[in-house]
Amino acid sequence: MRQLCKGNVAVVKAALMAGCRSFYGYPITPASEIAEYAALLIPQAGGTFVQAESEVSAINMVYGASCAGQRVMTASSGPGISLMQEGISYLAGAELPCVIADIMRGGPGLGNISPEQSDYFCMTKGGGHGCYRNIVLAPSSVQEMAALTMLAFELADKYRNPAVLLADGYVGQMMEPLELEMTEAIQPAKPWAVRGTPETHGNLVSSIYLTNDLMEEHVRKLEAKYLECERSECRWETYRAEDAEVLVIGYGIVSRILRTAVDVARAHGLKAGLFRPITLWPFPSQALRQAAEKVEKVLVVELSTGQMVEDVRLALNGRIPVEFYSRVGGNVPSAEKIHSELMAHMEALV
Amino acid sequence: MNDYTVVHEKAPAFFDRFARKDENQHQTHYCPGCGHGVVHKMIADALTELGVQQRTILVSPVGCSVFAYYYFDTGNVQAAHGRAPAVATALKRSNPESIVISYQGDGDLAAIGTAEIVHAANRGENITVFFVNNSIYGMTGGQMAPTTLLGQISTTTPWGRRPNNDGMPIKMCEMLSALEAPAYIERVALSDAKHILQARKAVKKALELQTQHAGFSMVEILSPCPTILKMEPTVARHWVGEVLAKQFPLGVYRDHRAEFVPVDVPQKPLAELLGLGGEKLSDAERQSRRKNTQARTIKVAGFGGQGVLLLGQLLAEMGMREHMEVSWLPSYGPEMRSGSAHCHVTLAHERIGAPVITRPEVLIAMNEPSLRKFGPMVQVGGMILYNGRELPEDLQFEGTTVHCIPASQIADEIGAAKVANVVMLGAMLEATNCLPLATARTVLADMVKNPKLSEMNDRALDVGREYLDQDVLALAVAGPDGCGE
Amino acid sequence: MAKGTIKVNQDECKGCGLCVESCPQKGMELSPELNHYGIHPAFLNNDKCTGCGICYFVCPEPGALTVYKLAAGQTTADLAQHAEVAHAATV
Repeated sequence: MRQLCKGNVAVVKAALMAGCRSFYGYPITPASEIAEYAALLIPQAGGTFVQAESEVSAINMVYGASCAGQRVMTASSGPGISLMQEGISYLAGAELPCVIADIMRGGPGLGNISPEQSDYFCMTKGGGHGCYRNIVLAPSSVQEMAALTMLAFELADKYRNPAVLLADGYVGQMMEPLELEMTEAIQPAKPWAVRGTPETHGNLVSSIYLTNDLMEEHVRKLEAKYLECERSECRWETYRAEDAEVLVIGYGIVSRILRTAVDVARAHGLKAGLFRPITLWPFPSQALRQAAEKVEKVLVVELSTGQMVEDVRLALNGRIPVEFYSRVGGNVPSAEKIHSELMAHMEALV
Repeated sequence: MNDYTVVHEKAPAFFDRFARKDENQHQTHYCPGCGHGVVHKMIADALTELGVQQRTILVSPVGCSVFAYYYFDTGNVQAAHGRAPAVATALKRSNPESIVISYQGDGDLAAIGTAEIVHAANRGENITVFFVNNSIYGMTGGQMAPTTLLGQISTTTPWGRRPNNDGMPIKMCEMLSALEAPAYIERVALSDAKHILQARKAVKKALELQTQHAGFSMVEILSPCPTILKMEPTVARHWVGEVLAKQFPLGVYRDHRAEFVPVDVPQKPLAELLGLGGEKLSDAERQSRRKNTQARTIKVAGFGGQGVLLLGQLLAEMGMREHMEVSWLPSYGPEMRSGSAHCHVTLAHERIGAPVITRPEVLIAMNEPSLRKFGPMVQVGGMILYNGRELPEDLQFEGTTVHCIPASQIADEIGAAKVANVVMLGAMLEATNCLPLATARTVLADMVKNPKLSEMNDRALDVGREYLDQDVLALAVAGPDGCGE
Repeated sequence: MAKGTIKVNQDECKGCGLCVESCPQKGMELSPELNHYGIHPAFLNNDKCTGCGICYFVCPEPGALTVYKLAAGQTTADLAQHAEVAHAATV
């Protein structure tokens, strides 16, 4: 049965389905419903919810719970995510799985609470120190908020690395029908965990490698893991891209506006198609190259002044022009506006 | 030697050989005369005596004791600078039968990790904290600590710690004992054999309390740092007793269990928590069951408190129950608490693209500012439902059907101004026919459990619908330019 | 025969001298010889050792000192108490 559900609430429900019984967080708009519903639901399922004293503490509690082998998550938005970066680096360095939902808002600084996509850099490139990556998934609907949360737990465990659900405020705040089907959460064994039991008492979780060679060995191990992740975990979606002359590229809420824009453009005779990355890291570069093989131009649309567009440019490597259009501060473009942008760029091409 | 038996030896809680160390695996990395080793031995002996070594997790900090995990044959976790109490909190919550130790220095606990220690203590986390205070940053080479004494020279207090620039030495036992939750807080010193024996007792007691689930315990240990203080080890420990302990008085600061009545949370099956159940329909099945519905893009706007967002949710819920594709997108944030609020509702028969509606087909304007702001955005051929007896004189909307419904007044007459949104819903359903009225009744009945309010909602729905009927008649007389009057 | 004795792990001892200062029987001394690591390790220099354990408690190294006693069957807690009494007598 479908239930009308907020994106943020869907995250909590999916986390419970994935077997997550630990949530440590700190409230922030527009992510607060995640903490609120975790506080409501997780203890009723026998789990732990703690409202930490700060995002710094919240992410370190996540670190502790992950050390103990728990499926654990937290949620925040820009300013809180900035505070969490230290902890995220430690989690990646210590190879600890966890899920972090970032419901993006306007920045920099306190910015505002309206939707933006300006945390792309700090989440995909690593906002903390050191050579690490986050697995970053970008949902565009309430149903996907649930589906990608469950996937995030799976990938986090598989790669022993933080996985991020990167959604803009709109996807977090909107309500849509959600359909959940009860499935048995399959969790891998975690023989490395430190649980305070005789079986695990010899285990150590740490990110320190004092000597140069050991440090390099560790960083190379992480690197190999990230390369494997790039090979195996890219996810994307296309819409009417097969015969497209121009591709529009966007993720999250933007991809839905672009989907409508593609229809508008097609109705006006312009063969447009959509390429939507679902994993922002690993970025589906190979798939994008293939999708763009026959197009003359791409237009990247973001709710930031240009972050993902850099990965698009790297993927296409100068083969075709990459145009960019953005709105920020909580403003979003209309499908009609995207269409007129497309027309202008295509005319310029002629 | 055969006549002798061993009475004190390296505790089994220590590794035989410190294999995690890069070199000199037969001894610690601590300087000669360092207090850390003395404290390590107290902990290792206590773990052995309490029989809890196998279920102990030691959280190492950042500072000279960052490598505590080299030595303890227990579960080991290394934490970021100052964060050990937060890490320990979740380790303990995850496995309540484990024995969790947060081992921290003065910079770690009393400077960068002040928030973490205060709140772990305040939550009464059932963990044990060993706080080694040597009044200086050792590992980074002798910078000021939060516990550095006034006048004490460090590499960042070259004229000595100056109260006017650096503040005063921070007293953590005194601070934390001001909280209600902690069970046990004591300050001890490694100044001589007698005090070391007292310290051993305190360390063991703190751990024993944890095995009894007593709550938060902390032992602050005043400790010598001969290297940075540039003192012989014996001189350094005398300094601890004669100078450091003057600033940080020894003693028991707290020794009672926090008294509170725990509040348990009721447990529920997962399916119930998640709202699972009911039949799953395929897209085709949904399509075939979809009757009497019309796709619409709707914007609802008004003041916060007028039930604007709820009205949108009602429409989306109704659409979903009628097997439509729906989305509801709110404005959110401070404006929810005062000022204006609006939301976008899409009722569709196909997968919904953009849920953001720039040009709605229907605007429900619950107040005049919303009408002025969003009225001009309504699509040509669209509809405006305005909460008012008539449009303001200076406003007209070409190509748009406008219905004026004094919903607030009607609702007030029914008995509650807050059902004005339902009056508007009745009018909107009547004007658009996009969803069946019966569904509105069911949804309202499901959402509102209070029978009196439920009855009022029903009436509001009807009155709104009836008012619109009259309005439509009047409109037919008045012509296309706006409100019938 | 002394009531107790100790064994110093000559490699692990870092020669800090805390045991020398603390021994109630003044039985500890730093060796004039350097060990393999270039320090003067501690050693027991007389036969008055009671096995009180104070040297062990004040020593910062986990395994540098092992303490033995002539009488068997005592618990660590007993020994700690004994040591405290022994120390109080000397201060």
